[in-house]
Amino acid sequence: MSDIRNDLKYSKEHEWIRVEGNVGTIGISDFAQHELGEIVYVELPAVGDSFKANALFGTVESVKAASDLFIPVSGTVIELNHGVEDAPDTINSTPYDAWMIKVEMDDASELDQLMSADEYKAHTS
Amino acid sequence: MSQLQRTPLYQSHVDLGAKIVDFAGFEMPIQYTSIIEEHDAVRTTVGMFDVSHMGELIIKGSDALDYLEHVCTNGLASLEVGQVRYSFLCYDHGGVVDDILVYRFAESTYCLVVNASNIEKDEAWLRSHLRGDVTIENVSDKTAEIALQGPLAESILQTLTDTDLSSLGFFRFLWAPVAEIHCLISRTGYTGEDGFELYVPSENVTTLWNLLLAKGVTPIGLGARDTLRFEASLPLYGQEISDSITPLEAGFKKFVDLDKSFIGQAALLKPRARKLIGLDILDRGIARATYPVFQDELEIGFVTTGYKLGERTIALALVPTTVERGMTVQVAMREKRLNAQVVSTKFKQKAYKKQEA
Repeated sequence: MSDIRNDLKYSKEHEWIRVEGNVGTIGISDFAQHELGEIVYVELPAVGDSFKANALFGTVESVKAASDLFIPVSGTVIELNHGVEDAPDTINSTPYDAWMIKVEMDDASELDQLMSADEYKAHTS
Repeated sequence: MSQLQRTPLYQSHVDLGAKIVDFAGFEMPIQYTSIIEEHDAVRTTVGMFDVSHMGELIIKGSDALDYLEHVCTNGLASLEVGQVRYSFLCYDHGGVVDDILVYRFAESTYCLVVNASNIEKDEAWLRSHLRGDVTIENVSDKTAEIALQGPLAESILQTLTDTDLSSLGFFRFLWAPVAEIHCLISRTGYTGEDGFELYVPSENVTTLWNLLLAKGVTPIGLGARDTLRFEASLPLYGQEISDSITPLEAGFKKFVDLDKSFIGQAALLKPRARKLIGLDILDRGIARATYPVFQDELEIGFVTTGYKLGERTIALALVPTTVERGMTVQVAMREKRLNAQVVSTKFKQKAYKKQEA
């Protein structure tokens, strides 16, 4: 059974977002890390990059294959977690601490399009 | 779409918690715990793989040797009963139909072990080239196979059989009971380690699997099977060799006897334009299969397989023969270009029991 946190919102593509004010912190879910297997490489965007919701913002690579990362909301990247670039395996061990990017959100109403923990539980079971 | 097939060990994989994927039309375990842990288990202790999806074709008849010499690139005249030889089947144009193992079972009886993805294609191709007194029987469904690989393979297997395994040389095989199961024990494998491939009747394979599990052998999925064979520079059909890549381009001249007559010989006698190289990736990123390779802004080839193994990120790539070791090339990864140094394809020393001449 995968770990799903109640304080987060989830996308269909298995990203999670934690919202504090106008800033969203984004990572991938426990379900996603488990599906991918051991993550050995992460490619993140640059601070200042802007994305529309559901756009490709980076890549995670497991031993086996590369997988796209899709941003759940529109916004501008304000901070990167370089820790996950140096130690990608932390995404496997602690997916909800191993965040990837923080974004300043363009439109908080986009969060309504995302799933709650319960909805995500149903989506992944 | 035809229905996915299952090997007789399917339920065992599910019970062990394996992640199951579709591979060559079979539902197979890609990993049980972790590809990296499973890879390391084979390198340091012993692991076992369900390779029951592989195909087995029995070639029989007074003209069997003559026929096989005609369809196989490797010379078989010197192959003794009890010996195995690696070979390619090639098209007239030199591309590969499949890479196979040829077992000489008896004077006029051989067994070809072929890739799961190619069973039907191989059988049809072999039948289309039949000549003389030769029959082909596909026994794939009746035959299961476990590969037992790693430095402890011999000592573990020896506890289950009275046959002296220490005297079984590399690329040799024999029939012997393993814990009362009639078994073909072959000193071969696809990992670069010492070990065995055990062929048993399908109905007995679960018993054998459970006996090996009880001895502490680690089950290994297809994920680690690929990283292990790649690290040992062993080719995978569809990647390093294919219908559009010849065995000579891929660097496997040792298994092509150009002095005898066989299908594809004329094409293979011409000089090759491309060769397989090793790449050490110098920048951050993983060069995966099909990624283009550039030199001086010119696209010159493509990656056939690539992984990050430990701290080293390496790849195999097919490029023009003018590319030499020590040169720097670039691999296009998404919108990036990764610098890579051309190195030997021999990433790792093989640890075989006895090298056959």
